Amino acid sequence: MAQTKSFRMGEGALIIVLAALFLMCVFVVSNAHDNVMAFHMAVGAVGALLGIFAVFRRYQKRANGQGPDETGYNEGVVKAGVLISIFWGVAGFLIGDYIAWELAFPFMNLDFEMINFGRLRPLHTSAVIFAFGGNILIASSFYVVQRTNRTRLAGDLAPWFVFWGYNMVILLAGTGYLLGVTHGHEYAEPEWYVDWWLTVVWVVYLLVFLGTLIKRRESHIYVANWFYLSFIVTIAMLHLGNNIAIPVSLYGVKSYHVFSGVQDAMTQWWYGHNAVGFFLTAAFLGMMYYFVPKRAERPVYSYRLSIVHFWALIFTYIWAGPHHLHYTALPEWAQTLGMTFSVILWMPSWGGMINGLMTLSGAWDKLRTDPVMRMLVASVAFYGMSTFEGPMMSIKAVNQLSHYTDWTVGHVHSGAMGWVGMISFGAIYCLVPWLWKRERLYSVALVSWHFWLATIGIVLYITSMWVSGIMQGLMWRAYTSLGFLEYSFIETVEAMHPYYAIRALGGAFFLLGALVMVYNVWMTIRALPESEKAGLPALQAAE
Amino acid sequence: MGTNKLDEVTGTETTGHEWDGIAELNTPLPRWWVLTFWATFIWSIGYWIVYPAFPLMNSYTKGLGNYTERAVVEEDLSKLNAMRAESAKKLMGASLEDIKNNTELLNFARAMATPAFGDNCAPCHGTGASGSKGFPNLNDDDWLWGGTLEDIHQTIKVGVRDKHEDTRVNDMPAFGKDEVLEPKQITDVAGYVLSLSGGKVDGADVEAGKTLFAENCASCHGEDAKGMTEMGAPNLTDNIWLYGGDAKTVLATINGSRKGIMPTWEGRLDPATIKALAVYVHTLGGGK
Repeated sequence: MAQTKSFRMGEGALIIVLAALFLMCVFVVSNAHDNVMAFHMAVGAVGALLGIFAVFRRYQKRANGQGPDETGYNEGVVKAGVLISIFWGVAGFLIGDYIAWELAFPFMNLDFEMINFGRLRPLHTSAVIFAFGGNILIASSFYVVQRTNRTRLAGDLAPWFVFWGYNMVILLAGTGYLLGVTHGHEYAEPEWYVDWWLTVVWVVYLLVFLGTLIKRRESHIYVANWFYLSFIVTIAMLHLGNNIAIPVSLYGVKSYHVFSGVQDAMTQWWYGHNAVGFFLTAAFLGMMYYFVPKRAERPVYSYRLSIVHFWALIFTYIWAGPHHLHYTALPEWAQTLGMTFSVILWMPSWGGMINGLMTLSGAWDKLRTDPVMRMLVASVAFYGMSTFEGPMMSIKAVNQLSHYTDWTVGHVHSGAMGWVGMISFGAIYCLVPWLWKRERLYSVALVSWHFWLATIGIVLYITSMWVSGIMQGLMWRAYTSLGFLEYSFIETVEAMHPYYAIRALGGAFFLLGALVMVYNVWMTIRALPESEKAGLPALQAAE
Repeated sequence: MGTNKLDEVTGTETTGHEWDGIAELNTPLPRWWVLTFWATFIWSIGYWIVYPAFPLMNSYTKGLGNYTERAVVEEDLSKLNAMRAESAKKLMGASLEDIKNNTELLNFARAMATPAFGDNCAPCHGTGASGSKGFPNLNDDDWLWGGTLEDIHQTIKVGVRDKHEDTRVNDMPAFGKDEVLEPKQITDVAGYVLSLSGGKVDGADVEAGKTLFAENCASCHGEDAKGMTEMGAPNLTDNIWLYGGDAKTVLATINGSRKGIMPTWEGRLDPATIKALAVYVHTLGGGK
């Protein structure tokens, strides 16, 4: 008698959920008030169908009487996450550099609305923060939480649901921007239906992460996991808080925020600054706490510092948002709190830098021999620099000069390209040989090339923005002896031109470095795995 | 007690745990780190005492420093106004002609008008005031509404086709769209008009166009087609074109007319600035 195989409960449930989602999407398509809604719901319907198809295929492919392979660590979803984050990274850098050239040479907008600065800018920020950063965070958190807890990732299909669901968010958000759909909140531009979907995906992500922690086989939870968890929990809270909006119709894309005026601004920057704090700082610190000691093969410098700076960081960050609204309609007391908590935040931020850098004591020689280590250390150095610059810029007297200028843009990019970018590249260079079981990367020299291209790019970027930002601020406030503004606004724009060109050039360097990484990763994965090499003794060097 | 493993390089004890090969040292908090942390905290407490800092039920703590942003802005503005006051008063008291002829007042007016022009006028007329399609060049002596100081002042004040009750309006008929003239007739008129500045339109009967011009256009543009500033009717003989002087554009202009707009600045800019701008524009090169 042939042994039968059956669907697992999770597979069955997912098929039912996806089928319901498919029907719902089709229903909305047939009733849609606008083309973008119809298009997006069609994309959702296709996505749901593909999901159902994938679950069936998985079922078909497994042998009778067997469940899916659940031995060892779940690395498939991590591999997929690494690859897609590289893809989104290159796309995001490319768009970013293109809009940098647009700013220097506006004719590059080509009078074509889909590629004008206003639409490509959110596409760039979302692509680099949420698509590149988000995917590498999800992938690395899935990797780190398994390794440091010596247990397989919780859930069978759930991690894959997080992966595909999250990238569906990116797809809907990105195409929405190009088609002119925006919610109008910076870094939270997707409209209500994308927000709802992200909420579902994020809750599953939280459950997968928590589930893995709960079934851990270590008595203590490693510090990297605290940071990842704080990121997942806080982003959920921020996302819900900043997207309280009422759709005009369930069949259309438009919705309106419940808050208005200064309340809306304050909610937005509470969200916006903590997106920096928890997405771009805390989560990447989690990454740092795994990959730096792992790569350096050294113990973390101070356990005590990691605890103290963790709690200080997450407590203090959440207050700092109002520094984005200095000298606005925001009440002065709120500005004061935002500013002082930003200054208090300096040392909690630097705790991570100290722990990162000092972990290298006894392994500093690796900076010379291992360009991946150099990348990781450079990222921590950029982290230290921008977390000093941030509190300084939040001081009202400094902010008076820096606010609304390119200095802010430069500050963000020293953090984004220097810290987030470099730590992610370092993690990718570690993960690729580990995941694909390769002895080493295809080329260490190319990592060095990437390091220098990226570093030169970042330096060009931030120095040009310092000069242009400070100049802009000084020009805006310059008065003649007769008591009139010395410059009209357009003159300050003209003065920016050379710096915009330098910045765009810096971006091109950074992009080029990323392309070198793509080639290196591709060649590494193409190379024969260690296990297969062992079968070819003729090629082994004599010992 | 030293029960945990010692790290050989640093001589520091580890915490005894290890995760995937990663251990942690039991290093105490760096002293400078703790001190700097406290310093930022104490500084903040001082700041909270001096400045507005905490919300109360219906108000907020005002701080000992009595600081408010509004007061600072008011003080800064009053300082600025004091700096400008004497010259601004003189400017308001003087006629446009006087300002132009008095070096001190002229310098003051230009200092006042330069950034005002850049922020308010340059978006259409260009930073060098050289205009672009649909927006007149202000450097030459070709004026739609007159190039005297008074004319320019009036134009800036009331704008063209805008909200001011005395706004300037020129109303050229859309000869083709409103079916005043046949397409062939429009071609002929265009041919005649362009012939005045040495251009031509293919297939146009210039003589017939001349007659049509006298019947339909001369009332505003004048018998000699040299325009009338009272009507805002441009000179058609000087080869200076607001929308373009090629046959296609001139045909389109006659066919559909043009309804350019310039904002009313009275009420948006203060009278002294408008006065200064009038003198500024007049002295760009083409003032009459």
